[in-house]
Amino acid sequence: MSILPDIPILSFILLSPLLGLLVILFLPKHSGNLLKTAAVIATLIPLALSLWLYADYDKQQSGAVYEEQLDWVEVPLNKELHSDVSAFTFKLQYELGVDGLSLPLLLLTGLVTAMAALGAFHVKKRWKAFFVWFLLLEFAMLGVFLARDVFLFFVFFELTLVAMYFLIGIWGFYNRERAANQFLIYNGLGSAIMLIAFVILVNTAGFRVEQIGEQVQYVYSGSYADIIRNMTDAGAMVNQPAVNEMGALNPFVMSDTMHRTLFIMLLVAFGIKLPIFPFHTWMLKVHAEAPPAVVMIHSGILLKMGAYGLLRFGLLLFPEQAKSWAAVLAVLGVINILYGAVLAFRQMELRLVLAYSSMSHMGIVLLGLAAFNEIGLQGAIFQLVSHGLISALLFLIVGSLYERTGTTELTELGGLARSLPFTSGALLAAGLASLGLPGLSGFVGELLALLGLFESMRWLAAIAVLGVILTAVYVLRSVLKITFGPLPDKYAALKDARLIEAVPMIVLLAFIVLLGCYPSLLTDTVQYSIGDVFAQLLATRAGG
Amino acid sequence: MHEADSFVPLTWADMLHLAPELSLSALFIMIVLLDLVLPKRVNRIWIGGWLTLGSLLISLGFVIWQLLDRNSGGNAAAETIQLLANSYRIDDFGSLLKIVFLAGASLIVLLAIGSTKDDDAITDRAEYFYLLLPAVVGAMAMASSGNLISLYIGLELLSITSYILVGMRKKSSKSAEAAFKYLVTGGISSAFILFGMSYLYGVTGSVDLGGIGAAIPGAIADFKALLYVGFFFILAGFGLKIATAPFHAWAPDVYQGAPTPVAAFLAVVSKGAALAAVFRIMYNTAFFAATDLDAYISKDVFFAMLVLAAAGMLTGTTAALRQKQVKRLLALSGVANAGYLLVPIGLSITVVHSSNFAEFIYYLIAYLFMTVGAFAVLTAVNRTAGEGEMKDFAGMYYRAPWTAAAMVVLLLSLAGLPISGGFFGKLFILIGAANAKAYWLVAIMVASSVISYYFYFGFIRQMFMRSGGEEEEIRVPAATGIAIWVCVAATLALGLFPGIVMEWIDGAFSLQVDLLVK
Repeated sequence: MSILPDIPILSFILLSPLLGLLVILFLPKHSGNLLKTAAVIATLIPLALSLWLYADYDKQQSGAVYEEQLDWVEVPLNKELHSDVSAFTFKLQYELGVDGLSLPLLLLTGLVTAMAALGAFHVKKRWKAFFVWFLLLEFAMLGVFLARDVFLFFVFFELTLVAMYFLIGIWGFYNRERAANQFLIYNGLGSAIMLIAFVILVNTAGFRVEQIGEQVQYVYSGSYADIIRNMTDAGAMVNQPAVNEMGALNPFVMSDTMHRTLFIMLLVAFGIKLPIFPFHTWMLKVHAEAPPAVVMIHSGILLKMGAYGLLRFGLLLFPEQAKSWAAVLAVLGVINILYGAVLAFRQMELRLVLAYSSMSHMGIVLLGLAAFNEIGLQGAIFQLVSHGLISALLFLIVGSLYERTGTTELTELGGLARSLPFTSGALLAAGLASLGLPGLSGFVGELLALLGLFESMRWLAAIAVLGVILTAVYVLRSVLKITFGPLPDKYAALKDARLIEAVPMIVLLAFIVLLGCYPSLLTDTVQYSIGDVFAQLLATRAGG
Repeated sequence: MHEADSFVPLTWADMLHLAPELSLSALFIMIVLLDLVLPKRVNRIWIGGWLTLGSLLISLGFVIWQLLDRNSGGNAAAETIQLLANSYRIDDFGSLLKIVFLAGASLIVLLAIGSTKDDDAITDRAEYFYLLLPAVVGAMAMASSGNLISLYIGLELLSITSYILVGMRKKSSKSAEAAFKYLVTGGISSAFILFGMSYLYGVTGSVDLGGIGAAIPGAIADFKALLYVGFFFILAGFGLKIATAPFHAWAPDVYQGAPTPVAAFLAVVSKGAALAAVFRIMYNTAFFAATDLDAYISKDVFFAMLVLAAAGMLTGTTAALRQKQVKRLLALSGVANAGYLLVPIGLSITVVHSSNFAEFIYYLIAYLFMTVGAFAVLTAVNRTAGEGEMKDFAGMYYRAPWTAAAMVVLLLSLAGLPISGGFFGKLFILIGAANAKAYWLVAIMVASSVISYYFYFGFIRQMFMRSGGEEEEIRVPAATGIAIWVCVAATLALGLFPGIVMEWIDGAFSLQVDLLVK
């Protein structure tokens, strides 16, 4: 019997980066190596804990549930106008939980952040501040995947924004301030729309009349569990008619229009983060201007938050609307894939190639979601994890290349396989994973997502497959340009990857191969917990 | 009760109820005399500054004692104490607001103590501090008054002392200009308010708020147009005091010319008092301007407040986008915040939403700390750099890392980002607006918050991403430092444990007893 369910393991995972942050605050400002070591150790703790949790979760199958709950903000509302009520409160909980949907992403966060901390060797100034924001960012990202209260989720979501703003704006490349601003305003807008949706959601579906003995309580709850319970419970106020048989108005009803509006709002809010075409411009800037270690996190995890949010709040709360909008989602996905792939092919700057490639790959996630069947959803989640690993690896390599050559322009690079054999090899492997070579993780995600879509929308799936071919073209074009061909003289004396760079490359690559060869490591976990939920949702609410 | 028209003299027992106001007035006179008789070599910052601070804290102690005493045993609906024929009321509405005013004024005195030493344009050092006292008494009177006359007296006491305070930097022409502008707009505002009040009195025959409320339903049929005139003039007049759009144009000029602590006073106490007055007046009068036949007046007046709120939020944030002068920027941020604060007032009370006051006062408290904190940081920066331009903040990370960190917290709160008092303040107001189904307002609030990110983060850009010309460390005076860190700690505390304050407000405040003047 495992001891994990008996300890507040989720809080430990969530708070462990803060512990590291505290330590770093007390370290001297100028001892770079000490700060780096502390930061790496600090990121290893949540990684180790989430690995442990992941391993344990598998064994348990859908047995014990990991949930932690504490009333955080309990605001009494004025109840003078309701004489029959003993309490009227607005509740906002510190509520954490994991299921098969969030657990892989939690592990991904731990892994990518730890690797990014190792790969942050290129940070040359203000280490202390860098790692403070870095760890705060990790705290916020873990929080996003763990939170089970809509407002808690929002708090963490916003916190990533603030931390990223500093990380891009201070340590980025030449146009860093503009990139940071654009990032802030775009994502601020997304969060704003999300906040409106959440506020309305809590005001309607979050409301519940609780009867405890003689006492009646009115509660607005931000808890995800409460909201989803109310949404599916025909007896809850949100599902009652707008005017009851006594002629009294029901202020909590959610009309069809409201359902649809909320779904669209969530789609836009998370679509900006994902990013869905045409909301992607900010993300290109961030890819191009942020420091490589931050882009590893940005491309590896932050984009996934968009997909995660869309799935958790958009699809799971509004399955009917999602189903009727599935075709739109699929079309958006196909546009993302093709647009990203075509533009990636046209770029002469490696970081932009990879940025458009991220966009293209996130399109596959959309396809998986749009498929609206279990294979598709499995594929979507698999693709999230797989792309997180691959893009983190790619940007790690970008960081290494940039440090040595001082450029990421494709025209300037060439023949590096001779002077940097190890790095070039890793680049080739990452590229192959990215284009979906069987045996590497990229393949499984694409295959599952497309299979799922093929069941429901055959033609769109066929078009989407075009994207796979294009991916191969642009990936090979840039990888071959960098590694083969004549080696410019100035690069002849370059030294290959140091150990500190090689370790994260090897680890990430190992996970990519592992998932590619043994996908059920991930799919099983997803299956255990999410399978039931989806089966139920698909059957009862969306009518098959 | 409004029929108690005959004069009821104050008894000694009543004096005790007035302890906060009376103690402040008495101490004010004492400090004035001290300033007069003490020889020149006695440091005026000491007499003016620290004694003023002490007086404010004594009065604050009285108010807190009153509040606790009245609500002992969790009885939110304790009887209100009515003085002078109900023209002055000791209730929790007033007490909670007085706490905000006194705490705000105390912090402002602290930052004034820190910043005055270097300001050669101020000649009367002691006066500069102790004139805050009658202004605060005026604000307290506005929060406590139960009829139009005492309310107006409080308003004038506050206004006239503020006019003087704005012009306190006698050697600076900007300060004189600001004082003159403020005097003129303030005069217009008072005139508007008085004009509107005269209509209410004319229609209802009473200056007692409860009396007006009781008489209005009967008067609607005959005097509809006159009531509209009355309400809208009062609203416009207070709109000027609150500085919400479209009545905000004076604010940037006045804030820029006024000494920074006085600007903070206008932004927090003056604005809060005017909002409190609107709150009290409208819920006692316009709220009842509805009969079965004709419910428009009530609806229209409250809707007008929401329009003012929306205008304030949008105008304040968009105008601030291009602003490079910090005090002007904070003035415009104050315009936007006036908008946020007007939302719970304008939403009116419905069956599903009646927590307006709690939302209002929570955000007012959060606003107090973040605004005073930001002004305090500004005075610290201004000591070394001149005019209060945005670029004076450049490189602050190198010159004063801890103050820069404090500023980040305050800015996040101003921008409404977690974890801060500003975030929860806005969240509660948002939820209230959504409860009342005012979704358009929810959208405007959120949109203006996002716009405001740009200029609030402009400070962060300067502090952390640019390096200024000067490398010299910024030395923060102790008093200013205390003010800054109290504000930061309170902002964080409000962000981490908002429930405690809200519970406290809920435990003290009751709609029927504390807000309504029956």
